[in-house]
Amino acid sequence: MDLSAINPVLLVASLMVAATPLLLAAIGELVVERAGVLNLGVEGMMIVGAISGFAIAVETGSPWLGFIGAAVGGAILSLLFVVLTQVALANQVASGLALTLFGLGLSALMGQSYVGIKPPAMGKLDIPVLSDLPVVGPILFSHDLILYLGIALTAAVWWMLKYSRMGLILRAVGENHDAAHALGYKVIRIRILAILFGGACAGLGGAYISLIRVPQWTEGMTAGVGWIALALVVFASWKPWRALLGAYLFGGVTVIQLNLQAAGVAIPVEYLAMSPYVITILVLVILSADKSRAPASLGRIFHASH
Amino acid sequence: MKFTSLLATAAMALGLATGAMAEDKTKVGFVYVGPVGDGGWTYEHNQGRLAVEEHFGDKVETVFVESVPEGPDAERVMTQMALEGADLIFTTSFGYMDPTINVAKKFPKVKFEHATGYKQAENVSVYSARFYEGRAVQGTIAGRMTKSNIVGYIGSYPIPEVIRGINSAFIHARKVNPDVQFKIVWAYTWFDPAKEADAAKVLIEQGADVILQHTDSTAPQAAAQAAGNVITFGQASDMAEYAPLPRVSSIIDNWAPYYIARTQAVMDGTWTSTSTWDGIGPGMVGIGEISDAVPAEVKAEALALKDAIASGAYHPFTGPLKKQDGSDWLAEGETADDGTLAGMNFYVEGIEGDIPN
Amino acid sequence: MIVLEKRPQPSRAWSMATPLVAVLATMFFGGLLFAALGKNPVEAIGTIFWEPLFGEYAFYYRPQLLVKGAPLVLIAIGLSLGFRAGIWNIGAEGQYIMGAIVGAGVGLAFYPMEAFYIFPLMVVAGALGGWAWAMIPAFLKVRFGTNEILVSLMLVYVAEQLLASMSLGLLKNPEGFGFPGSRNLQSYGSAHNAELIEGSGMHWGVVAALIAVIFAYVLLNRHMTGFHIRLTGEAPRAARFAGVRPARLILFCLGVSGALAGLAGLFEVSGPSGQVSIDFNVGYGFTAIIVAFLGRLHPVGILLAGGLMALTYIGGEIAQGSLGLPAAAIQVFQGMLLFFLLALDLLTNYRIRAARKEVA
Repeated sequence: MDLSAINPVLLVASLMVAATPLLLAAIGELVVERAGVLNLGVEGMMIVGAISGFAIAVETGSPWLGFIGAAVGGAILSLLFVVLTQVALANQVASGLALTLFGLGLSALMGQSYVGIKPPAMGKLDIPVLSDLPVVGPILFSHDLILYLGIALTAAVWWMLKYSRMGLILRAVGENHDAAHALGYKVIRIRILAILFGGACAGLGGAYISLIRVPQWTEGMTAGVGWIALALVVFASWKPWRALLGAYLFGGVTVIQLNLQAAGVAIPVEYLAMSPYVITILVLVILSADKSRAPASLGRIFHASH
Repeated sequence: MKFTSLLATAAMALGLATGAMAEDKTKVGFVYVGPVGDGGWTYEHNQGRLAVEEHFGDKVETVFVESVPEGPDAERVMTQMALEGADLIFTTSFGYMDPTINVAKKFPKVKFEHATGYKQAENVSVYSARFYEGRAVQGTIAGRMTKSNIVGYIGSYPIPEVIRGINSAFIHARKVNPDVQFKIVWAYTWFDPAKEADAAKVLIEQGADVILQHTDSTAPQAAAQAAGNVITFGQASDMAEYAPLPRVSSIIDNWAPYYIARTQAVMDGTWTSTSTWDGIGPGMVGIGEISDAVPAEVKAEALALKDAIASGAYHPFTGPLKKQDGSDWLAEGETADDGTLAGMNFYVEGIEGDIPN
Repeated sequence: MIVLEKRPQPSRAWSMATPLVAVLATMFFGGLLFAALGKNPVEAIGTIFWEPLFGEYAFYYRPQLLVKGAPLVLIAIGLSLGFRAGIWNIGAEGQYIMGAIVGAGVGLAFYPMEAFYIFPLMVVAGALGGWAWAMIPAFLKVRFGTNEILVSLMLVYVAEQLLASMSLGLLKNPEGFGFPGSRNLQSYGSAHNAELIEGSGMHWGVVAALIAVIFAYVLLNRHMTGFHIRLTGEAPRAARFAGVRPARLILFCLGVSGALAGLAGLFEVSGPSGQVSIDFNVGYGFTAIIVAFLGRLHPVGILLAGGLMALTYIGGEIAQGSLGLPAAAIQVFQGMLLFFLLALDLLTNYRIRAARKEVA
């Protein structure tokens, strides 16, 4: 056992990367749920975003266009969810699960000719002096730009929900859609926008995996990240900064367990492998003293009847 | 009437009905555990299938079903293939072992080939590849190339196949570099590219400058490239898109020659139940081009080892070798028997850490 | 302008007709998809829906529908109870795994002894395994108010790691030459959940699924607990006045769904699958959630939905094998079917009217 082999600075830098796809998807879903909609199709939207982004990045040679394509791809898939739940008033849980099934299949069909290709690389932030600083440099100033986008998005969503009129309306719709409707807000329209935003974010998260973190296209490569992102929203009690914390915690435990393995720590590997999940449960139990509730209309169908 | 005989009768009736057609076309089925787009294990088996089609042209018809879970689903897919007149069925995952035996019992006329298992029957052959031979070549290059003397190894699950690879790589790395250490990380999953990326990064951060992987994605390659000064080896497929650096060589699964030979045997009526465990010699294990990033003398040494293994002059597990606990395993000049290798569940002397469970 | 008008009563006619319309719509759009992939759409659709039921080898596929559908129905019935009351167990996959591990563990502990009571003991152990795994989120929710969705989902991943660990360690077949996976229970008479009539596909799991359907039907329609479940889901405040104790309901619903998922796992591991292995679980626990909703959380609906899902799985495999359709196309096709079933349900509860002025 050699714990000194673990470099805490690099560890923090790695966990930030590991957490980013989770964070992007979770922030999107958080907005969706704040609007009172439960979309369980995150995994499906992520994987469609992963292949859309990958394909466009490969075809155009630009990872940036790839990420835009991923956001669009995720949003387009979420349109299906919109049609089902907002137009046809179908059950949201089942619709979301169906969306995941559909997305996994669709992405595999789309990706058939992209197996074994290397995508164009994405540049990293490299600020002279700052990026070379000890400790702070690797942690704060030498990541890819999408990672910063994730953090910026968290801040933006936090600000939007807390201080903007748009956020107020969104929360009103999520808390009590009938009252919001009575006040003259377009409940359905707001929800549709929220769902599309969620789809775009999930798409970005997926593309982060296929373009930066792995980078490669293989079928089913998101391997369950979308589910963890869903769990993260609950974990965060629908608060953006807590989602960031949760993503870092989850990514962190995963990276730490691999670090401990590599350092030869004498804890059985299977227990280390399950530790991210167990620790998430433990933290959740501790946090459940906080009684901030889910949006009251979460998952309920809205129909303006007269 | 018993169900088994019902099935057999149906198969026979079909044989009679479509006899005229079946005469000229041999139907070969493939059952895959992953999608053909996985870029690794299943992808390579599918390349083998395509090679069969290419080689025999109109004389064969191949069918496949992908992403078939192990267990009753696999049994159903095999039965379906047999019912629809397959003459030969390749079942390409260890977990298909018992289902293959079950279905083979019901269709005595159909030939089955099960990959990586150990249960044979009258109409069931088993086949597998001696990937550890390739690992010996990798170990040699790794031992010569490492400057930090730390080699990182990403394993999926601690099963004999993976442990054998670790041992073989380690023995040969130590042979050329007595100071080399292995750091082993188990991903505890068959497939999760993001986790493989994390594992590779962790190993690199802890000082490894060579990464060996027993997982199929290119994630570790990309991590090594990003880190710089780290070398890797392609796994399952060549991963040439990462050559010449970080990927300096690779182990390639090459099932095509075997699939063609077995299909030919069915056509000729010479098929018998066999147990095949082929390595570099017969071409089942391919060593990908060693890139120019490897110094010429190291490359020559690696190729010499490869040739010695291919010709049978050298066995990667040749004594004197001790087990991790210091007990004797192989005496001077003694080579490991296939039984021990097949079920290998111990590390050789010098590897640190324990095998999980 | 088209508006939706809520029907005072769900339309019976439409609730019967929508599944049919949905299947037809799926056939049409699925056909387009298959045509786009260069396959004959009529042949492909025919293969998926017709072959398993009435094709040349239907004698083999029909029993297989039972084998594939039984675990889905068994799990979905349990889940539907909680879903009706707003208790979200989405970790049935983990409970399914635990049922299999514990049940098979009990059976293997007796190996090689043969006795009539071994299998019944395994059944009890399997149910307990699933029940205990579901009790973790139940207890945490009752005691600390922890969200059960997250806990039950996380426990799926924990169970998967345990499964791998068991396959590689404690339950590994000592005669398996070091390979992972337990002994095959199919070749251990006292622990084998064999077909009750050979070739019929009927094993104890199928029987249990049918019993569960009847049990759920009676519970929901004739029993106080069922009434409480429905009341809690439809009018939580009224439920409190009616004397429903939420904690007991949570323990009951999660417990039953866990036990049924555990049973499904036990019947699968001791029967069709035969052994505990790393990849024993194939997603029944998640698919069952879809089945539960597809069946409108109604016991009979779930039975039919389970059958339909099983049909598309088996038909899809046949289409892959005989027509060379990729597995992904089948997944997309299944997704479409679900979409149409869900979307068209609208017609059951709403009337579509043309309106003169904008009302929304």
